[in-house]
Amino acid sequence: MSSSVLENQPVAEEPQRPRKHYLNAAHTVGSWLFTTDHKRIAIMYLISIVIFFAVGGIAAAFIRAELTSPRGIMLSNDNYNKMFTLHGVVMIFFFLIPSIPAVFGNFFIPMAIGARDLAFPRLNLLSWYLYMIGGLFAVLAMILGGVDTGWTFYTPYSSMYSQSQVVLTIMGAFIAGFSSIATGINFIVTIHKMRAPGMTWFRLPLFVWSHYATSLVIILGTPVVAITLLLVVVERVLHIGIFDPKLGGDPVLFQHLFWFYSHPAVYIMILPGLGVISELISTFSRKRVFGYHFVAFSSMAIAGLGFLVWGHHMFIAGQSMYQGMVFSILSFLVAVPSAIKVFNFTATIYKGHVSLDSPMIYAMSFLGLFTIGGLTGLYLSSMATDVHLTDTYFVTAHFHYIMVGGAISAFMGALHYWWPKMTGRMYPELWGKLAALLMFLGFNLTFFPQFILGFLGNPRRYHYYYLQPELQIYHILSTAGATVLALAYLLPVFYLVWSLFFGPKASSNPWGASGLEWRTASPPITQNFEETPIVTWEAYDYSSVPDLKEEAEKQAQPPTPVGG
Amino acid sequence: MWNFPIMPPQASDYALQHDLLFFAITFLTVVFTLLVPALFVFLAIYYRRGSKASRKNAHDHDLRIEIAWSVVPLLLGIGIFAWSAYLYADTRKPPQDAIDIFVIGKQWMWHMQHPNGVRENNELHVPAGKPIKLTMISQDVIHSMYLPSFRVKQDVLPGRYTYLWFKPTVPGKYNLWCTEYCGTQHSEMGGYVYVLEPSEYERWLASGGQKGYNEKLTMEKAGEKLYNELACGNCHGAVDGPRGPSLYGIYNRQVRVKIGGREQTVLADDSYLRESLIKPYNKMNVGYEPIMPEYSNLSEEKILHLIAYMKSLGSRPAAPAGGQTPPASGSAPAAPERAAPNGSAPAPSDQTPSSVTPGTQTTPTGSM
Repeated sequence: MSSSVLENQPVAEEPQRPRKHYLNAAHTVGSWLFTTDHKRIAIMYLISIVIFFAVGGIAAAFIRAELTSPRGIMLSNDNYNKMFTLHGVVMIFFFLIPSIPAVFGNFFIPMAIGARDLAFPRLNLLSWYLYMIGGLFAVLAMILGGVDTGWTFYTPYSSMYSQSQVVLTIMGAFIAGFSSIATGINFIVTIHKMRAPGMTWFRLPLFVWSHYATSLVIILGTPVVAITLLLVVVERVLHIGIFDPKLGGDPVLFQHLFWFYSHPAVYIMILPGLGVISELISTFSRKRVFGYHFVAFSSMAIAGLGFLVWGHHMFIAGQSMYQGMVFSILSFLVAVPSAIKVFNFTATIYKGHVSLDSPMIYAMSFLGLFTIGGLTGLYLSSMATDVHLTDTYFVTAHFHYIMVGGAISAFMGALHYWWPKMTGRMYPELWGKLAALLMFLGFNLTFFPQFILGFLGNPRRYHYYYLQPELQIYHILSTAGATVLALAYLLPVFYLVWSLFFGPKASSNPWGASGLEWRTASPPITQNFEETPIVTWEAYDYSSVPDLKEEAEKQAQPPTPVGG
Repeated sequence: MWNFPIMPPQASDYALQHDLLFFAITFLTVVFTLLVPALFVFLAIYYRRGSKASRKNAHDHDLRIEIAWSVVPLLLGIGIFAWSAYLYADTRKPPQDAIDIFVIGKQWMWHMQHPNGVRENNELHVPAGKPIKLTMISQDVIHSMYLPSFRVKQDVLPGRYTYLWFKPTVPGKYNLWCTEYCGTQHSEMGGYVYVLEPSEYERWLASGGQKGYNEKLTMEKAGEKLYNELACGNCHGAVDGPRGPSLYGIYNRQVRVKIGGREQTVLADDSYLRESLIKPYNKMNVGYEPIMPEYSNLSEEKILHLIAYMKSLGSRPAAPAGGQTPPASGSAPAAPERAAPNGSAPAPSDQTPSSVTPGTQTTPTGSM
């Protein structure tokens, strides 16, 4: 056992915290706004991301309320269109894409590899500012009247026809894109160059592997969408024909360019989540992730194949039949590495020592919802069924199973898992479980009926459905579910904030996890580790965890075999 | 509202085939959804911390298992792909004998036109048992024609024709939607497809649809009129002239054109003819000077009329000697010989010489 650990006393009964750590190292506002500490930047991201999540959530609440009646109840057509655009733009560009990487990746990649900080701390701070400036543009666009193009900005509607704040919104997404790119570069360089002695590539936690794959996708894909959105602005402002046929452009070209990024962007959103789930399942079953190499390489395979499947958004968009077939079969291929992950997760807990703490409950709901989300993707990568289902509520349901059921469950799981490390406080476990359970139930009630709506032929982005009033029951069920879901999302705000002041102090390793971040104090000192750790154990080797060693010896069981 | 509809109507044979595939995938989905998460929950409880379950010989990797659970989803995926591709290929190839109907999408309505000139908005009347081919174009932004009861959908683009075909089998009234977001009233850009018995459809068509237009110009006649108005015949006569090639038999013929300076052979289909009207220099006929005006201000409807007229000019190469709608021979083309019977009683519907009984219009229920 050679890690250098500052053991925190779990029951320190002193009224003041005597120990210096990253949170109490300095107290001025400036010490936060100009910090280069990856942990503080992560906390700033966490706060801003939660605010954007609330904005997007309020928009979703308007949408769901409006749809309880076939003729709407309070919004005009234009305002409804602006609502779903706001929901999409904010949730995708300002919540989902940065969520796990910018908060937990930022905080825990350096800690998981035994580094002091990211490779470029000031670039990291710049990322946060770019993200905030981009977000302010988007909010400004909303205040000045909003935008009604849908988050996809399809041309020529966005470039020539929409009468709303397209340019401002696009500038917001454009600037936020550079925040992503800077974060991606930072992660890649950090993972390559900053690993502690002994931390070889195949000792990296899978959380780090998945962020490595994500970062590759970010830096390869984001510039393409940035340029594409800029071209929309060029056509809109300067009337240079690019996408509108009236000016000599090609509207389908936009879709190719847009989905070339925006399909891989799906993996930007879900890969970090899969990384989180790897950590959670291993920790709470106290067993090495089954098929470590397969799980690691499946992340890379998803990142690579993810760039080759954009055309499955366009089976009916006017591309040729053969093009459609190529994109279809590639989409089936990308399902394989996703399936590998799910099967390996299941095999991990076989013969493990499973403990159902709240992060594990989130991991389990992730697994269930991600499986459904992935399998319903089969309908959409298969061309004949996609023709019927695309642009209906079926698609809406499918990607919410991945994005909300998958990515947000993983975000919540990560938040509950690392909260003690980030804040040094434990939250009330019972409330954590209750919130997880409510989210699972509320989510399914919201989105399962939408699969049926889609199969029945209810197009998405529809404000009214008075020609099909028989659909109302499903919309009402969905809104009821959304209400439960909203309440479930509010719960953690209360009990986590409560825990900051009244929660019991957390030990350095409350879950008995094996990662390096758990071998230093909670919350960590600004430098993360007292001394650079030297890694002599494999990833997920629970026999190397100091707290567990005695326990294992007591139980006189052979430790989990490593590489055996 | 308290009933729970589960199935959309199945109004074509294709809908049945589609649903078979749909439910096959559903079967797989249900099996895996029950299998994997249920297994996970079971294992999580059985191997809970402190349980007495044996943990002997716990593995953390096994190549054979990895290969097995990689290959099985792969094979299942390829199976679904093949099945789906087979069906999909079918939906992309309209049969030769399909009835042509022309569709223009614009914010926020659908405009349909039958070849005999009958027009309708947001409604589409079609006969049961015959394949229907929609040739579609948008006047502004991207729309999408969606007929859920027939399980077909196709984006409708500005600047380019796209096609959709289906073969309704069950008479009735079915939904029709725009599914590509197109602005303010996107959700109201819908209507109905009325599938009629063939005889009923003939009557409906002959009586000019329920809208009852006085002036029943067929599409080709409207095109012929326009052809004369625009004086296209000054350059495009019955034989190839010094200024322009003849348009007789142009449709579906291979023509030699220059694209960006290089000679190429292209098929003179709808898209080519449309492009040659609005951007004649994109594909310049070999041997002619670029002197034709760009008719880029023509509405999509008028372009469709002109194309219908060009199609009617016969499909024989060269020699303009008689045909189904030939104007007078000689260099003055398209003399208005046949343009007489405007407005007179039931229009002679070219392809339906069945006994016409006017007055039995089918007035569809529940208009918008």
